Amino acid sequence: MRSFFFVLSALAVMGLAFWAYRESYETQQSLKAVSELQARIGKEREALSVLRAEWAYLNRPDRLRELADLNFDRLGLLPLDAGQFSRVDQVAFPAVTLPPITNPVDVVGNLETTQ
Amino acid sequence: MTRTPLRPLARILDARAKGENPDVIERENIRKRHEEMRDKFRRRSEGRLLVLGVFFFCVFALVGVRMGVLAMSEPGEPRTAASGTNIVAQRADIVDRQGRILATNLSTYSLYAQPPLMIDKRRSARELVAIFPDLDEQKLVKQFTGKRKFLWIKKKLSPEQMQQVHDIGDPGLLFGPREMRLYPNGKLAAHVLGGASFGREGVNSAEVIGVAGVEKTFDAYLRDPANGGRPLQLSLDLTVQAAVRRVLWGGMKLMNARGATAVLMDVKTGEIVALASLPDFDPNDRPRPLTKGEAADSPLFNRAVQGLYELGSTYKIFAAAQALDIGLMNPSTLVDTKGPLRWGKYKIRDFHNYGNQLTLTDVIVKSSNIGAARVALQIGAKRQQEFLKSLGLFDPTTLEMVEARGARPLLPPKWSEISTMTVSYGHGISASPVHLAAAYAAMVNGGTRVQPTLLKQAGPQNGERVISQKTSETIRNMLRQVVVRGTASFGEVEGYAVGGKTGTADKPKPTGGYYKDKVIATFASVFPANDPKYVLIVTLDEPVETSGPKPRRTAGWTAVPVAAEIIRRVAPLLDIRPQIEPLHPVGVTLTSN
Repeated sequence: MRSFFFVLSALAVMGLAFWAYRESYETQQSLKAVSELQARIGKEREALSVLRAEWAYLNRPDRLRELADLNFDRLGLLPLDAGQFSRVDQVAFPAVTLPPITNPVDVVGNLETTQ
Repeated sequence: MTRTPLRPLARILDARAKGENPDVIERENIRKRHEEMRDKFRRRSEGRLLVLGVFFFCVFALVGVRMGVLAMSEPGEPRTAASGTNIVAQRADIVDRQGRILATNLSTYSLYAQPPLMIDKRRSARELVAIFPDLDEQKLVKQFTGKRKFLWIKKKLSPEQMQQVHDIGDPGLLFGPREMRLYPNGKLAAHVLGGASFGREGVNSAEVIGVAGVEKTFDAYLRDPANGGRPLQLSLDLTVQAAVRRVLWGGMKLMNARGATAVLMDVKTGEIVALASLPDFDPNDRPRPLTKGEAADSPLFNRAVQGLYELGSTYKIFAAAQALDIGLMNPSTLVDTKGPLRWGKYKIRDFHNYGNQLTLTDVIVKSSNIGAARVALQIGAKRQQEFLKSLGLFDPTTLEMVEARGARPLLPPKWSEISTMTVSYGHGISASPVHLAAAYAAMVNGGTRVQPTLLKQAGPQNGERVISQKTSETIRNMLRQVVVRGTASFGEVEGYAVGGKTGTADKPKPTGGYYKDKVIATFASVFPANDPKYVLIVTLDEPVETSGPKPRRTAGWTAVPVAAEIIRRVAPLLDIRPQIEPLHPVGVTLTSN
């Protein structure tokens, strides 16, 4: 009986050791993955800030004005003017276009009630 | 342990037989037993002490080793934390009121040399000069061949330049990563932003510190990692600022002015929506301050904040407002305007002769110096000073720029009666256009004090009351009359009911006295006058309008048309709908008989 317990505990120790070993390696793997991911996130963030700066640079008012001037014949953009304000009720409704009647409704029916 | 009896029978009997005292034996035995017990306890306590000592030693050793390890090891980021690090740049962005970027960071490289590692020093120097023409070849060769082990060559490189330096292929030319401040909008809002430069520098990184403007004022906030890179939101509006700057620039050129400035401010919240000062500079490449000559000639000089000017007749409205508020007058009270007004050796004149009497409204509308001086005399010097002080015209503004703290208005050294008179029409007292904007905002917003600010606000300031609601309404009407039938008739912008007051002041000579043909023309305007939302101050430095037979310098011919054009362009951008000006309701005034 006693030797059986010894064998059992030895097996348990071996099993636990194996488990702990595996866990430790898995943790190390995850940490590595996390640091890789964080490095990537950092790179992406940096790229994002560069893109934001570039966006701001390309949208700077000076450049937009120049582009509007260059493409005036196509776009016809002018500075915003007080005359461009309007009221909703001054905007004409679009004319309602009725679709062609393809299936006329029969308006002649039986007026007498069926009993 | 075998226990020895205290009185062993054999020895007692033996002693008795010999006639000795048996108690001696007992005492002897007790003594021995006590000694034994003492030894035993000592051993035990010594053992305990040892164990405790070993334990403490181990713990202290552990703590010591840990401290040593922490001190010697390289710092690492916590990798197991759930969220990643939020900090990207060492300095937060600055954005406008709608979140558009005004200042951001860009990573770049700096170039440094380690001469001991260099191979062909002369060739490297030659090729470096080919890439950077501003370097001096002789000096570089001298530095490379001298005793120096390390020297900076360039603080910031573009990627193309970096590649060219790479292509030289000298192992002694090295690159260090740098973060640089980028202002994508260039000269726009240059004076507000200020600029940044490098502080302490190392090979791997360098501090970026603000040198002027909000960059310097909020340096600590922008660099604080606890903010997690949260941007600093200003009250400026990028599109409005761009429109104001462009129109002002055109106006400055048309009016042949040396400089110009415009301040657009919300009357209730005190937010500065646009602040332009011309000539300006590119904060990406901030010029050096002038070492000689006048500071005001430098493009770095912020006329709106640092420029202290005599703002002329724009001050008349303060005298009128005070006279109305303390019940001294009403808008139709007649004021004596017979000129010239003599006071001791001084003579006060008007631009034209306006007859013997004008109503208070007409004193403002026609801008009569004599009338304003007489009103001020009735108010008195003490009350006048108190009133101007309550408008913030005696102290530096609280605008969040380092330059604002130094701009303390210039007051008459001794406030005599002649000072009271000249101050009433804005002479002998200097303030910055931002001061004037804040004071005008308080005049028209219903009468409460407003502190100008560059940060976006959540709501109106509701400061202390300066004048009553009713006076404020009357003042708005007077300012409107100035545009409708007075000195600022070019200020009319259809749909926006502009009100305002012109001011033309002769420039003081540095040697004393005033120039005859150099003026500061100012137009302080509010729009829409029936329900004011914004004040706009436009100041031109030495403008001349030459379309007529004689050069014209008054604000009505110079600053007013520029301000009107700014309002025409900017008001739609500020989402103000043009409206037909409501007529004054025909009121029934209750009187008792």
